Amino acid sequence: MRRPSARRTTALLAAGLLLPVLAACGSESDKGGSTEAGDSALVIYSGRNEKLVKPILDKLEKAVGTKVEVRYGDSAELAAQLLEEGERTKAGLFFSQDAGALGALSKEGMLAKLPSSSLDAVDEAYRGGAGDWVGLSGRVRVIAYNPDEVAEDEVPDSVHDVVRPEWKGKVGFAPTNASFQAFVTGMRVLEGDDATRAWLKGLKDNGRTYANNLATLDAVESGEVELGLVNHYYWYERVAEKGEDEVDAKLKFLPGKDPGALINVAGVGILKDSEQAETAQKAVDYLLSEEAQTYFADKTKEYPLAAGVTSSVEGLPPFDSLQSPDIDLGKLESLQETLAMLQDVGLV
Amino acid sequence: MTPTESAARPAGAPAPAGRRRFRPALGAPAGTGRRPPLVLLVPACVAALFALLPLGYLAVRALERGPGYAWDVVADERTLHLLARSLGLTAVVVAACLVLGVSLAWLTVRTDLPGARAWSVLATLPLAVPSYVAAFAWLAAVPETGGFTGAALALTLVSFPYVHLPVAAALRGIDPAQEEAARSLGHGPVRTFVRVTLPQLRPAAAGGALLVALYVLSDFGAVSLMRYDTFTRAIHTSYRASFDRTPAAALSVVLVVMTVALVAAEARTRGRAGHARTGGGTARPAVRTPLGRRRLPALAWCAAVVAVAVAFPLGTLGYWLVVGSSATWDLAALTEAAWATLGVAAAGAALTTFLALPVGVIAARYRGRGPQLLEQSAYAGHALPGITVALSLVFFAVRYAYPLYQRLPLLVGAYVVLFLPVAVAATRAAVLQAPPVLEDVARSLGRSPLRVLREVTVPLAAPGVAAGAALTFVVCMKELPATLLLRPTGMDTLATRLWTETGAGSFAAAAPYAAALIVLAAVPSYLLGRHRT
Repeated sequence: MRRPSARRTTALLAAGLLLPVLAACGSESDKGGSTEAGDSALVIYSGRNEKLVKPILDKLEKAVGTKVEVRYGDSAELAAQLLEEGERTKAGLFFSQDAGALGALSKEGMLAKLPSSSLDAVDEAYRGGAGDWVGLSGRVRVIAYNPDEVAEDEVPDSVHDVVRPEWKGKVGFAPTNASFQAFVTGMRVLEGDDATRAWLKGLKDNGRTYANNLATLDAVESGEVELGLVNHYYWYERVAEKGEDEVDAKLKFLPGKDPGALINVAGVGILKDSEQAETAQKAVDYLLSEEAQTYFADKTKEYPLAAGVTSSVEGLPPFDSLQSPDIDLGKLESLQETLAMLQDVGLV
Repeated sequence: MTPTESAARPAGAPAPAGRRRFRPALGAPAGTGRRPPLVLLVPACVAALFALLPLGYLAVRALERGPGYAWDVVADERTLHLLARSLGLTAVVVAACLVLGVSLAWLTVRTDLPGARAWSVLATLPLAVPSYVAAFAWLAAVPETGGFTGAALALTLVSFPYVHLPVAAALRGIDPAQEEAARSLGHGPVRTFVRVTLPQLRPAAAGGALLVALYVLSDFGAVSLMRYDTFTRAIHTSYRASFDRTPAAALSVVLVVMTVALVAAEARTRGRAGHARTGGGTARPAVRTPLGRRRLPALAWCAAVVAVAVAFPLGTLGYWLVVGSSATWDLAALTEAAWATLGVAAAGAALTTFLALPVGVIAARYRGRGPQLLEQSAYAGHALPGITVALSLVFFAVRYAYPLYQRLPLLVGAYVVLFLPVAVAATRAAVLQAPPVLEDVARSLGRSPLRVLREVTVPLAAPGVAAGAALTFVVCMKELPATLLLRPTGMDTLATRLWTETGAGSFAAAAPYAAALIVLAAVPSYLLGRHRT
């Protein structure tokens, strides 16, 4: 008979649907309790990955003495969410993966001005022009190379060289990666659109594209390509994970203020309309403190930007020795034109 | 109708069209009634209004710098170019999904294919594979699969169950007597399938195809990884590169217009034939066609599809686990995320199905502008990228439902807005197969509209509605953009954990979450299969 068994199935399905709902409602009411108590909690919107920053945000909770709730998301999407929330936002602090998202909030006047004690903790180049966000850690663009395929002294000193004929089919890069796009924007600011377009065309002819920096590094590692345009810390993370002997690829830090040596920063800003401004300021102070800066140096393998902390990561060139181009990170806002150019050239 | 219009109507002129808006479906007996009863109309309107929320938001955002600005964004030459690319991809994926979905449905439901039920369950699972995981898997295995081919491949393999499930449900519901009559009149099995079976599958297949089309239009994960530039990409660029919501909204409006056009086109393919069978339930299921010598190729076909759509991504996950050093079996986190996922997805599926029921019944039983508008409203926002829908709910919740903001009920509401059409399509196809004459009989016996619905329509349509609920459940489970923005702070679903781990490059740690998504998706399809064989 068909009908009764159909009915039984429906009942089974209904039960299957209802059980987890009840379970979820139960856990929601548990959470409800903690939210009531946590009205004074500091809410952080973090565009940085949970895996990277949760340990330091856990410590931050102890340091500021208030409960901290973190919402993780994509930096750009969280910025859009904050813009929609406007003055009713529940966030006290925005922790962004890059300067662009902080710049967008600053432009809309959503960030509170930071005290000079916070701002002066880092170099002028790595904080917001309006004094309402501050960089915490930096990552630099480098060329990864495979020493089995190419000798150290043959590795190009400039990204301009990788478009030469001898590197045809030997350069890996990730055109959809935000850091790569920031670097192209930097090149446009430094050298103009025409030169950048020509370079991108050359790169397209010479290069092989990958989904992200890690895949690019893997390709260098396996010898699929000889050179890879990546961020420095992926290599150091790989080494920390596997040991230096297990990693074939090496890094070249570019000299001479080459656009290929651009530094990107992650940073924080306090939401102006937040009632948690005071706690948020304590959190900013903590993130600029020696303890937090040391965390970024040791754990995320980035360059700490404050508290005089220098990275203890073995083999990492000192921050002062980096010859990065002089560029106002605020100008990297013109990312849209970069994307249009990448699309024109056919890279994304 | 405005009062002026009715005043201007000369005496003796035909009754205003407004009154005839709700015409009963052709072929339905006269007693069907001219307009849907309030018990259907009111909840259907609520559901439709709910689904229209994103459009209200888009109007506000797109026009905030004046219509001129919005027009300039849309009228750009590149917009047309991207639109053409999006539509090209959509056409290819839809065609491929129809071939895969219909062939698998027929083989598993109507032939003596060995292990038919297992194949049927397996064919549902690809739906649980997030498009970016599929794209990742292909790119890792075959780095050359970029561009159009790669995007079409990845999207087809994750979305063909949208066609397979409703078509399989329809095949089960078709009265076998018609096919037997065709066979007895000398039609061979192929001709019977083409002339008798296929036309009856049309509503289910077209409904599924529409869902596939809208899914392809809205997808960002696969096309961005495969580097195939589509319209959605332009919208994301606007958010990510310029942090500007106005051009994103203006472009999104184009997607809405396109959706309405596609829904209207699908409605045209419906034709006027009735698809109901004459009895409530057949006394016996259709006789399965013996495959004979074609059994082996049929098995090979099913195996090939399942291999590339299910085994391949699962294999990739296994590979991630083996080679990755980030593999940490955090069982507590996995269990917690799995329970949270089951909870919100079940609540989302339950509420979506409930609200889709009146819309689906009206769409199946009544013709005319009103019902059409209702159904189109349900679909209107379905091709929008998840981030746009999520932001629209942020916009409304912050202003009008602040206590609910970033709480579970709002997240469940977001799933309704996002996935209402999935359940509506299934409900409509199922109700179409149920004979309206039984409803008339019930009505003539004095049953109230609510009781007709409860005692006749819903029980008859139950298998199809349940299939729709299962489908909705699976797509809720893997939803990411809206979940990220609207979940209660601190809550994690399998999809958000998967996103976190892959975002940190920890593919080995990500693998268990992706695998759990696929395994959990098997549960509803397995339950659905229980009464079939």
